[in-house]
Amino acid sequence: MSETLESAIRDISQACGNDRSRMMDIVEAVQAKYGCVSGEAMDLIAKQVSTHRVEVESVVSFYAFLSEQPKGKVVIRLCDDIIDEMKGSESVAEAFKQELGIDFGETTPDGVITLEKTPCIGMCDQAPAALINNEIITYLSSDLAREIVRKLKKNPDPKKLVGRLGDGNNASHLVHSMVHNNIRLAGEVIFSEMAPGAGLKNALALNPQEVIRDVKTARLRGRGGAGFPTGMKWDFTRQATGDKKYVLCNADEGEPGTFKDRVILTEKSDLMFEGMAIAGYAIGADTGIVYLRGEYAYLRPLLEDVLARRRNDNLLGNDVMGKKGFNFDIRIQMGAGAYICGEETALISSCEGLRGDPKNRPPFPAQKGYLGCPTVVNNVETFCKVARILEHGPGWFAKMGSEGSSGTKLLSISGDCAKPGVYEVPFGIKVREVLDLCDAEDTAAVQVGGPSGQMIGMNQFGDSICYEHLATGGSVMVFNSTRDVLTIARKFMEFFVEESCGFCTPCRVGNVLLKEKLDDIIEGKGKSGDLDYLESLGATIKAASRCGLGQTSPNPILTTIKNFRSVYEAKIAAGKVEEGFQPTFDIHAALQTAEGIAGRKSVHA
Amino acid sequence: MSNTITFTIDGVEVTGQPGQTIMEAADAAGIYIPRLCALEELSPHGSCRVCTVMVNGRPQAACTQPIADGMVVENDTEQILAIRRDIIDMLFVEGNHFCMFCEKSGNCELQALAYRFGIAAPRFPYLFPKRDIDATHPDIFIDRNRCILCGRCVRASRDIDGKNVFEFVGRGFEKRVAVNAEANLADTDAAATDEAVNVCPTGALLKKRVGYAVPVGQRKYDHKPIGSEIEKK
Repeated sequence: MSETLESAIRDISQACGNDRSRMMDIVEAVQAKYGCVSGEAMDLIAKQVSTHRVEVESVVSFYAFLSEQPKGKVVIRLCDDIIDEMKGSESVAEAFKQELGIDFGETTPDGVITLEKTPCIGMCDQAPAALINNEIITYLSSDLAREIVRKLKKNPDPKKLVGRLGDGNNASHLVHSMVHNNIRLAGEVIFSEMAPGAGLKNALALNPQEVIRDVKTARLRGRGGAGFPTGMKWDFTRQATGDKKYVLCNADEGEPGTFKDRVILTEKSDLMFEGMAIAGYAIGADTGIVYLRGEYAYLRPLLEDVLARRRNDNLLGNDVMGKKGFNFDIRIQMGAGAYICGEETALISSCEGLRGDPKNRPPFPAQKGYLGCPTVVNNVETFCKVARILEHGPGWFAKMGSEGSSGTKLLSISGDCAKPGVYEVPFGIKVREVLDLCDAEDTAAVQVGGPSGQMIGMNQFGDSICYEHLATGGSVMVFNSTRDVLTIARKFMEFFVEESCGFCTPCRVGNVLLKEKLDDIIEGKGKSGDLDYLESLGATIKAASRCGLGQTSPNPILTTIKNFRSVYEAKIAAGKVEEGFQPTFDIHAALQTAEGIAGRKSVHA
Repeated sequence: MSNTITFTIDGVEVTGQPGQTIMEAADAAGIYIPRLCALEELSPHGSCRVCTVMVNGRPQAACTQPIADGMVVENDTEQILAIRRDIIDMLFVEGNHFCMFCEKSGNCELQALAYRFGIAAPRFPYLFPKRDIDATHPDIFIDRNRCILCGRCVRASRDIDGKNVFEFVGRGFEKRVAVNAEANLADTDAAATDEAVNVCPTGALLKKRVGYAVPVGQRKYDHKPIGSEIEKK
């Protein structure tokens, strides 16, 4: 047995050139083959790529989809976000538990099926959903959950679970998935017809500086959320010294409520790859990497197929489109379940085969990025926009949208509305117009930009969605008047606690403290002064955290206090005991651990 | 003249060399910026965030931020002190720190910082995590209850000792320092002479049998506050 493990790891490592920086590929392959990366496997991998065992452990223990302990042949990961919860994921969870006879985080005694929860898998428009190995199961119900377990018990092959296929490329043999695109509003930038090579051809007719000039003239800003001017980023990278430069595409769409990149990857990856090639030409890079979130592994065969076709058509490879000396190719790097890897420096760390810890800035990726080389990192949607700008000209693009936010934006709309899905809208659109488009009724709150964005109330529905007012990487979650904003905020805080990399103190500890206080308030143990506490603690976390995660993680609490203060105050007032003391300490709960150790109940319990 | 950079810290003009961080230039100028993960002999880490300063109005870590001409740094303001106090509080409630029973007391940088900031008790509730200890090594003792995840041992072992005995595993609140073995420090090549053992700011990594060689009352921070060694310059 050990010998086979040894030879398997030798083969896997050798296939990755025994390269330490390909650690993600190596441990993912071992995980897929053995259901875990055991201590023995870590030793062998370390030996093979000349590193230390603890370095391997460091990586394996960081990512949710990797584990030292063996997992079942089938891993059911039920999506655990607020939208899925609103659509009934709790009853689905119960059904899975009952039918499997295990709790979440456990594996059936026969070692076949593991049951887990996972943060947003990018299917909020078809929730509740689950990831079963690499297969996506949508529109779950408790009945369907039971049926799934019964089928898996007979035949533990998740591929057999895929029911009616989705639309577009989801139905192709390469994807073969139940996922629906739900493209509700197809705008002219992303979803219009494209002829592969059209934008690239125009780009190659210009010199690289002129390409960057066009991107600047179009006033394109990053579509991932932060909104940095793309042309400026490229200019920095172009000017940075380095023989080797890289173009990285951030396809680690993980902000809860965002799924627009999934649709681009399914239907318009050609556009994205084209944008990457244009970026490569502009900055002087010959290698592109798409960092694809582990949840979207089901799309990889399709993406590889598009890449192969583009190579075949000389849209990738040597002397691209006959342009002497311009060589560019793209590979796909799989993620393994870590939201933080959507942060550009954490994404670089992960591509380098490290824990997904963000890096210190400066140096910025434009100076020292992937493997220390100047690197551009842009979002999937940004690259698509680039391809169109080069195809139709910067003026065409810049006249769409608003003053400071040119062009269109893809929104992923979910929650309490009749038409959840993807909408391509011009920047500057008002929240109210968006709510009309998706047929939302009785809307009381909208989360714009996902948990790291802001929760707004009715008095802000007249505000526009753009970088200057309500910024969003794409997530728009709609909540009607029956929803409790505090419960929603708690769900978001749980997410940040779970997804903090733990590198810096304020984010690692502060978010836990925020969540605990919010728990108290929700449980009726709030007291006056709690809102000041939350606000001052939130301010410290935002100011002192090292990366964008911690700098935005208090937003669920801070923006709900700002816009829904009366909800907090009512909750705190309701919990107040008329006279006397308010219990903040539960002695029975505190004694539970000791009672467990002693093996008996307290006498006066 | 072109080889010096001039900037201000709390209005005081400071000069430094290109490539220096704010902390390095401040140290040379005798201005103390509190810190825990930073140590002169180690590469900057930027994780504890105690050295947070305002740079042209934006918060940055002084240990990683390079200096630039005309930079305006705020180090000793109410806003910055409040942030630092919160971070020190967080480090206390995150672990299980019992100064009165700890043999590092008086030599502990976390404790010394708390004294310097006048913290008698943290304002946050204790989180009482379950953390383990490792006494397997004949000469070195690990008590993860007192670990603040500053990464000094990780860096020292890797960059000075050349051993990679320590590394972070897990993430978020579950993050911890692991050793380069199945479980126990005894199964690594760690030695009491390793620099990694000397650099721990708290009592998380200790040499055995020397804990009370220097009696309480004669220890590093018993008479002078932490930072005074820099301010004296």
